[in-house]
Amino acid sequence: MSDHDHDNHGHHHHHDHSELSETELRVRALESILTEKGYVDPAALDLLIDLYEKKIGPRNGVRVVAKAWSDPGYRERLMKDATAAIAELDYSGRQGEHMVVVENTPEQHNMVVCTLCSCYPHPVLGLPPVWYKSAPYRSRAVSDPRGVLRDFGVTLPDTTKIRVWDSTAEIRYLVLPMRPEGTDGWSEQQLAELVTRDSMIGTGLPKQPGEAA
Amino acid sequence: MDGAHDMGGAKGFGPVVPEPNEPVFHADWERRAFALTVAMARPGGWNIDMSRFARENRSPDDYLSKSYFELWLAGLETLMIERGLVTREEIEAGKVLSPPKPGVKPIAPIEVTPAIRRGGPTEREPKAPAMFAVGETVRMKNIHPVTHTRLPQYVRGHLGTIELNHGCHVFPDTNSLGQGEDPQWLYTVRFDGPELWGKDGDPTLSVSVDAWESYLERA
Repeated sequence: MSDHDHDNHGHHHHHDHSELSETELRVRALESILTEKGYVDPAALDLLIDLYEKKIGPRNGVRVVAKAWSDPGYRERLMKDATAAIAELDYSGRQGEHMVVVENTPEQHNMVVCTLCSCYPHPVLGLPPVWYKSAPYRSRAVSDPRGVLRDFGVTLPDTTKIRVWDSTAEIRYLVLPMRPEGTDGWSEQQLAELVTRDSMIGTGLPKQPGEAA
Repeated sequence: MDGAHDMGGAKGFGPVVPEPNEPVFHADWERRAFALTVAMARPGGWNIDMSRFARENRSPDDYLSKSYFELWLAGLETLMIERGLVTREEIEAGKVLSPPKPGVKPIAPIEVTPAIRRGGPTEREPKAPAMFAVGETVRMKNIHPVTHTRLPQYVRGHLGTIELNHGCHVFPDTNSLGQGEDPQWLYTVRFDGPELWGKDGDPTLSVSVDAWESYLERA
């Protein structure tokens, strides 16, 4: 830790880590109380954090979408029973127990929100971004989705219908975006480069072939 | 409860501000508060509906002034105090002042991955046939419980169409109160934009919620 380095050099004031916020101190104290009482094992907390920072994230959803784009049989299974099809790729569990995949078409664009809290399909997308949990998104996604899309720099044709899914129960929704034009013959790995997190929430579109990394 | 958490359709919150290359957590305390909340649920003996109610059951100014993980932390503290796992005095003092509640077993590191991968499925065996069929028009009840509910205010009283039937699921309104799971049929109900937002509502918009059978009545 950099705290330690600074201590060694004898000047530890005005450092990012030396002035802890009230909340930081409160959480630290709470963790030590719960550990001392024997309610939590800090090693289990470390593992949980590691899982959500390194293993459970949008790259999982990217694999699901790229496979659906390149394997018609998989796409069919995904649309019929998303929970089972996603489990084929070894993604399952907490906040993704009951999955439904909704498919974008030229006629209809799908967008997912949770107006009441911030429900989000963790196994395929990880933990939600701050904007997804924010009041502007939660209030406007259901009444002004085109305005929300503009905030993301996305404009859809006026004729495209917009379908918003408010996740008020334990069903979790993943958007299957449209496969971009000009990707005939692309491999699943190449297609994966075009899938963005926001395109799987419905606040973005996939990258175009020229934009791939 | 009709609280500040029920945000659908509210005005005045301004634009959505995406953050490029956003990290999973923005501070170390968010990591620990998240992990503590997840790790305490089983030893603490509460369910997801109790957790949600503990976060939302506060004054609008309190709810709106807290960040997401601050709400998680506040909810966790409430749940633990209610069950006598810690006292308010211990939290404020930041140290142990009373003996632990007996018989509380922590989640072991070896249990973490299997527990997350298993999750908490909420589907249950039906005890009665579904009252509503896909394609049917229904009206959302106009109810205002003072306790936890998952029927947002913006759809109450409105006409929608049953689009999907998800089977029977644990009912949050009773489960959040410790009054049992009372599994009920769960439907996706779709509403047209103008039905929800009036004649100026976007005619190309439709919105759905997932609603338990007792939230619905025949149109």
